[in-house]
Amino acid sequence: MLLDAVRWIVDHPRIFLDALETHLLLSGAALALAIALAAPLGVALTRYPRAAFATINGAGAMRTIPSIAVLAIMLPFLGIGFKPSLVALTILAVPPILINTYVGVRQVDPDIVDSARGMGMTGLQSIFRVELPLAAPVMFAGIRTSAVQVIAGATLAAFIGGGGLGDFITAGIAIMDLPRLLVGAVPIALLAILTEFAFGGLERVMFRRG
Amino acid sequence: MNWTFTHIPDIALAIWQHLVLVGVSIAIAFAISLALGIWTARRPRAYAGVLGVTGAIYAVPSLALFALLIPLVGLGRVPAIIGLTAYSLLILVRNVATGLREVPPEIVEAAEGMGFGRAQQLVRIELPLALPVIVAGLRIATVTVIGIATIAAYINAGGLGALVFAGIDQRFAEKIIVGGLLTSLLAIGADFSLSRLELRLRAHRAA
Repeated sequence: MLLDAVRWIVDHPRIFLDALETHLLLSGAALALAIALAAPLGVALTRYPRAAFATINGAGAMRTIPSIAVLAIMLPFLGIGFKPSLVALTILAVPPILINTYVGVRQVDPDIVDSARGMGMTGLQSIFRVELPLAAPVMFAGIRTSAVQVIAGATLAAFIGGGGLGDFITAGIAIMDLPRLLVGAVPIALLAILTEFAFGGLERVMFRRG
Repeated sequence: MNWTFTHIPDIALAIWQHLVLVGVSIAIAFAISLALGIWTARRPRAYAGVLGVTGAIYAVPSLALFALLIPLVGLGRVPAIIGLTAYSLLILVRNVATGLREVPPEIVEAAEGMGFGRAQQLVRIELPLALPVIVAGLRIATVTVIGIATIAAYINAGGLGALVFAGIDQRFAEKIIVGGLLTSLLAIGADFSLSRLELRLRAHRAA
């Protein structure tokens, strides 16, 4: 059966590579957008404790909404395709990065920030040269969580016409074509495991925590 | 909100199916994890191996994991429960082993000195002391599995995901919202009640 799946890929390289490309593009773009949104917001929240309490709790609650529901709810409002999938995946990727940026920056010793300001750094300089570098390991852990979640979420984009490798799974289940199912499931599983280990390795190289 | 009010029994059934899926999976996973956790707590290499395998499973997207099980066990509740059980292992094994490792060695030695056998030590001393950490693992695993269980509806296992998928097919926002929010509420409820239990156990241990 696995052999049939491999043969299918060899026979239809264009279709497979297109799906893989869509999957990676969707995941990468959603992760990049989420970082661009959540990192500045997370830093800003450390300056506004009251807004932070509400936002961080809201982000925590949002993480309990299943990915499939977040993707599905795009359908009635934004229709099908790549764009609604990208919006949904970005929404899914924001909470872990937001929470970890906030927690990471909050954890920085206030004395260090004080001495940075005492040395004449402006607020922005202190953020970029002192606080963000010290918060980086915690922030990165959030990005890693989001990355694995987005790869998984992109699988579900198939349900709202977003394409990607999930298409092979839904097609395979619909017509009970098991090799076709594996054409989607095996590469997705490998991609997710690879992402997990790649980010884990990157984490160790960048922050050397033993 | 018309659909919701005229379909309360259907929604209640979906909630019930969801709870059964999650409850059965967590119960099976807990039994396996207890054994694996006890076995690996003092064996670093076995622990690293078990964590590597369960960690890899945990990373696999749920739709792909369920799909991989279809050629082996078909559609329905069986692959759903196997998949959800497999997902829970990483968190549960980690917390069982961590909880056991955090038991102070003096206490274990004292128990040994009092003539407790290995099994007695484990059941009467180590596991009760590890309980708060184990319950913390149960909480995280349960919350995670409640979310993932929505995908099980796609392989005919029922549950709240069935509402979401019906909503997708019919482009019916209300079903999607009801399915999504009820799942979220279940997760928040589980999180709340299990963290209360965890706090109570910790307080009990401190006293």
